[in-house]
Formats: sequence, structure tokens, C-alpha cells
Amino acid sequence: MSAPQSFGRFVARAAAGGGLVVQPRMGFGTPRLMRAGLERVRAAAGSTAGTLTIDSYTRVGDLAAAGAALAEGAALNGYPIATHPPAVTRELLDGITAADFPVQVRHGSSRPEPIIRALAAAGLDATEGGPVSYCLPYGRTPLRESVDNWARGCELLAELVPAPRTPHLETFGGCMLGQLCPPGLLVALSVLEGLFFAEHGIGELSLSYAQQTDAGQDAEAVRALRRLAAELLPPRVEWHVVLYTYMGVYPGTRAGADRLLEASARLAVRSGARRLIVKTAAEAHRIPTVAENVRALEIAAAAAALTEPPAAGDESADSEVYLEARAFVGAVLDGGGPVGTALRTAFARGWLDVPYCLHPDNAGRSRSVIDPTGRLRWSRTGSMPLAPVRRSGRVPELTADGLLAAVHAVARRYDHVA
Amino acid sequence: MSLPPTGQTVLVTGTASDSHTWNLVYLQLFVEELGYRVVNLGPCVTDDLLAEACRVHRPDLVVISSVNGHGYRDGLSAVTRLRRGPGRSDIPVVIGGKLGVLGERSPEAAARLLAAGCDAVFDDADLDALREFLTRPAAGARTAHRHAGSTV
Ligand code: B12
Repeated sequence: MSAPQSFGRFVARAAAGGGLVVQPRMGFGTPRLMRAGLERVRAAAGSTAGTLTIDSYTRVGDLAAAGAALAEGAALNGYPIATHPPAVTRELLDGITAADFPVQVRHGSSRPEPIIRALAAAGLDATEGGPVSYCLPYGRTPLRESVDNWARGCELLAELVPAPRTPHLETFGGCMLGQLCPPGLLVALSVLEGLFFAEHGIGELSLSYAQQTDAGQDAEAVRALRRLAAELLPPRVEWHVVLYTYMGVYPGTRAGADRLLEASARLAVRSGARRLIVKTAAEAHRIPTVAENVRALEIAAAAAALTEPPAAGDESADSEVYLEARAFVGAVLDGGGPVGTALRTAFARGWLDVPYCLHPDNAGRSRSVIDPTGRLRWSRTGSMPLAPVRRSGRVPELTADGLLAAVHAVARRYDHVA
Repeated sequence: MSLPPTGQTVLVTGTASDSHTWNLVYLQLFVEELGYRVVNLGPCVTDDLLAEACRVHRPDLVVISSVNGHGYRDGLSAVTRLRRGPGRSDIPVVIGGKLGVLGERSPEAAARLLAAGCDAVFDDADLDALREFLTRPAAGARTAHRHAGSTV
């Protein structure tokens, strides 16, 4: 008899067979299109998992607007899971979700209760979130409220997805605003959110990290994340690392988009991530079609299959990213107490400070640059527990053109390779 | 290069369902460099919050930015609230970004925005047009006048 199925065990089984799980960020407003999309993802070449990406109205808790938009026939940017009745969602998933095809709900809500209730009622077990990462990048909810909402959210998920089902939660902390956040802080936030989930009763996790500007630095980051998770998460917790294909401004050309996607698939395999969330060639322009999603999954799966997994043994190096992430985690956890409270204190004091983040609960004194070698670094450290930046001359004033050049740097590099 | 101060205030805002902020950070710098003082309301601004901010800050222009694909719908609701709701206002309003989910301009949706009282609807590549709108003489006064005539 086999162990009951779970999102994490599905990923572990694929990894044991040498395969990287690839997954889209796909979401459509209507059940018909959503089902068609999942069917095609399931049939795609490669080891695939399915996704319901939720629309913006549901994310901000405006269920009235989600309902009105559906009634008008307006196109939504995701699936309104708390508006379609549970029976409709169950029907759309019927015959699709299976031991070899789990479906995860991805949203971005600092008030996740209606979404968690809806996904559990539809028979789903796996979702994504975080007290910090589903708050600071996603609106105006005070961090204090988001921490409380996510504590309750974890407990609710555990309660509504009872054994033999296994609730699974993925951190979004390894992504935050998608770009220009140095890897040490992303790794630290992902680990801290994983600890928060575990503290609130979730026994199966995935820890995210989003591809940034430099492959070498990114590989250090994924290894640092795996090492810190092994050192800090309670032994009873099952976890894997999930890599996100680049989350900032994406290349505008198809060739550039494909190259960046392939680079992320190679990075995932080489650094020991078990799952990859892909981006499509439509990313820079609009919501991708089903066909574009399937194409991206197959390109990523093929690139992964051609990449050698890492040789065992190089995991314990004290890389720059590892040391920086450990300094953040140490500063946050030093005072003891619940992780949620420690996170609030750390943001209030500016020990954690996400660059370019407008949220009022973020200190806003840090700044980052892409250095001449392509690595992402701090140019201002504010009150963070890091050595002050040594610099020759002043940090140049931020200008509109300067910001645009920085957020387009990766896209430009991949669009312009001959 | 920055232009000399105009002495005018521009209110930059996201829409009710849109959490994106890089667009807002960028637009703030862009508009400031044209000599305006900017009040940046940030993301997920409800229609009432926008109306209240207009009452408090009395801006010379409102720039609405949306990239999440709900912009036509959310923008329409915001402008309608501003022009017709309590404390109705004639402050010029422009909107731009990635307003729909199809990656192309919807002429019908843009026409609805204009009919509801938007002074201009820009696409995501229309930064030169926005610059022109902001630097032509007495832009604010002229658009406000047009609306004074149409709200009777
Ligand atoms: C970074 C990013 C994020 C980050 C945002 C973090 C943050 N707080 O900002 C994260 C990962 C959190 C995120 C989340 C989501 N995102 Co997003 N995101 C992006 C991404 C990759 C880059 C955006 C960016 O940084 N641009 C840099 C800034 C400086 O430029 P800009 O925003 O494009 O604005 C430019 C122009 O549009 C124009 N402009 C903008 N406003 C205005 C206004 C006027 C008046 C004028 C003249 C011009 C103008 O000027 C700017 C400079 O050129 C884009 C895709 C891409 N471009 O590659 C998707 C994208 C914008 N996201 C998208 C979506 C749908 C979402 C989500 C709803 C998730 C989902 N369903 O996929 C959520 C948002 C939830 C919500 N409640 O809204 C879609 C929108 C689809 C559409 N419009 O058709 C995009 C296009 C990706 C895609 N292809 O699906 N996202």
C-alpha cells in the first residue's frame, strides 16, 4: 500500500526519478477555460503540476467586484475561486486532480480566509502565501493584520484539510516585489515564512526563491536556502525548494523570453530545486494563453532534462548569500518569541527593509544595484544587520531613466543576445 | 534632466484591485522630473480613498496607473466616483498602463473612460504623450474648463 498522496510527496517522487516538476502561473475567469487549461497542462510533456491562479478582485477581498465582473462577462486576470460555487470548482477539477497531477492555488492575498475555505471545499490541499510576502508587495493591509490573518490562515488550512489529506503551503518570501531585492534578504524571508508556517501547524512546505540577475549568485542562493531550511526547520516538517523563473520585467521578444526560461530550468536542476514555476513568452505583454503556458512548460522540462544534477557534497560552503541570509534570520529570531511578532519587530526597526517597496510598514531606507559583474548588491543598507556598503563616491540619485534601466537590465540582456 | 518647478501638484495612484507598485515608483520620478510636486497614493486605492485624497490634496492633475489587466474596469469606476459621487470634482484625470488582459488597446473601453470624464487614456508605451500632456502650457486649466462645460 502506498502512502497517501500529497503535493510534497508528488514532488519528492518526481525528484527520486530525476525529474524537475514544472508548473505554470495560469489562471482564467471562467471554469470552462480553466478546465481546458488544466487538461492541457496535465497532458504536456514533462512532470507537470497544475495551478489555479486567482484574480485580483478575489485577492483584495472584493468578492462583489469579482461577481459583477463575471456577470458583465469581463475578462478577469485569474480564477475567482471564492465566487464560483464550490460545486463548480469541484466539477472543473473532476477527473483532473489525481495522485500524479496535484493542483495548487496561487493568489497573493493578505486576507486569505475566503480563498482557503474555497480551495478546501473544492478538495484542494496546496496553496501559497506568507505573512510578509502576501502583504508588502500586495497592497495596503498593515503588516500586523497580515501576520494575524496568516496565522489564522495556516490554522484554518490545517483544520479544513484533515488527515489523510496533507495541507501544503509555499512561501512567496523568495520573490517579494519580483526584482532588485538582493538574494540574502529573499532567502531569509523565505526561511522565516517557512518557520512561521511550521509554528502555525503546517507540516509540509515549499520554500521559494525567484531567479535574479546572476546565475552564480542564484545558485548560491538556492543552496543557502536549502542549508538554512535543513538547519532551522523542525525535523518533522517535510519541505522542498521551488524556483521561480524571473519575476521582474520580462524579455519582450520570444527568443529572449525562451532563453531566460531555459536558464531558469538549468539553474533549478544545478542548484537542487525540485520544482520550477515558469514564465511564458507573453509575460511582458499580457495574460498568456493556454498554448503559451504549455509551450513554456515543455521548453523548461526539455532544458531541465538536458542538465546535469549537482554532484553531492558542495552544499555546506559559507557563500556570501548564505552568510547574509543567516545574519538576517539571526537578527530576527534573536529576541525569541513567536516568528510573526519577531517579523513585525524586524520591519518596524528596519532590520528587514525591502528596497523600492512603498508599503508604509517597510522602512524604505535600503537600496540596491546590479554591480558590473551582474550580481545584485546593496548600495544602501539602512538599519539592516549588514556591514555598511563601502563606496567610492555618492550613491547616484534615483531617476526615472535610472529605475527603468535597472528593472529592464535582465530583459535587455536576454533580448539582445545574438 | 529635471525641469524647473511648476508649482503644481500631481496625484499618482494605483487602482482598487491593482497591487503593482513599480509603475507608481516610476511615474512619481517621471512626473517630478517635469517640475511637479507628486503625492503618490500607492497601490490598491479604493474609489472613496481616491476621492478623499483629491479633496485633501487638491491636486492639479490625477494620474491613474494600472497594469494588472483590470484597469479599464477599475479606472471607469474610479473616474465615475470622482465625477459623480459625493464631493464631485472636476480635477483633470488621465489613465494609462496595461489596462486590459489582451495586450492591446480596446477602443470601446477607452471611449467609455473618456465619456465618464477621463481627460486622456494612454497605452503603456505612451510616455511621450504623457510628457507632452504635462508640459504643454496651462494643460490643467484647459482640461478643467472643458469639464466645467460638460458637468452641467
Ligand atoms: C513585477 C511584477 C509583479 C510583482 C509586483 C510587485 C509590486 N508590488 O509591484 C508581483 C510578482 C507581486 C506581481 C503580481 C501580480 N501580477 Co504582475 N507583473 C510584474 C511584471 C513581471 C513586471 C512589472 C514591472 O515591474 N514593470 C516595471 C514598471 C516600471 O513598468 P510597468 O509597470 O510596465 O509600467 C510601464 C508602462 O505600463 C507605462 N505605464 C504604467 N502606468 C502608466 C500610466 C500612464 C498614464 C502612462 C502614460 C503610462 C503608464 O509606463 C511604465 C514605464 O514604461 C509584469 C510583466 C512584465 N512587464 O514583464 C507582470 C504583470 C504586470 N502582472 C500581471 C498580473 C496579472 C499580476 C497578478 C494579478 C498575478 C496574476 N494573475 O498573474 C498579480 C497582481 C495582484 C493584484 N492584486 O493586482 C500581468 C498583467 C496582465 C495584463 N495587464 O494583461 C503582467 C503583465 C504579467 C502577465 N503577462 O501576466 N506582478
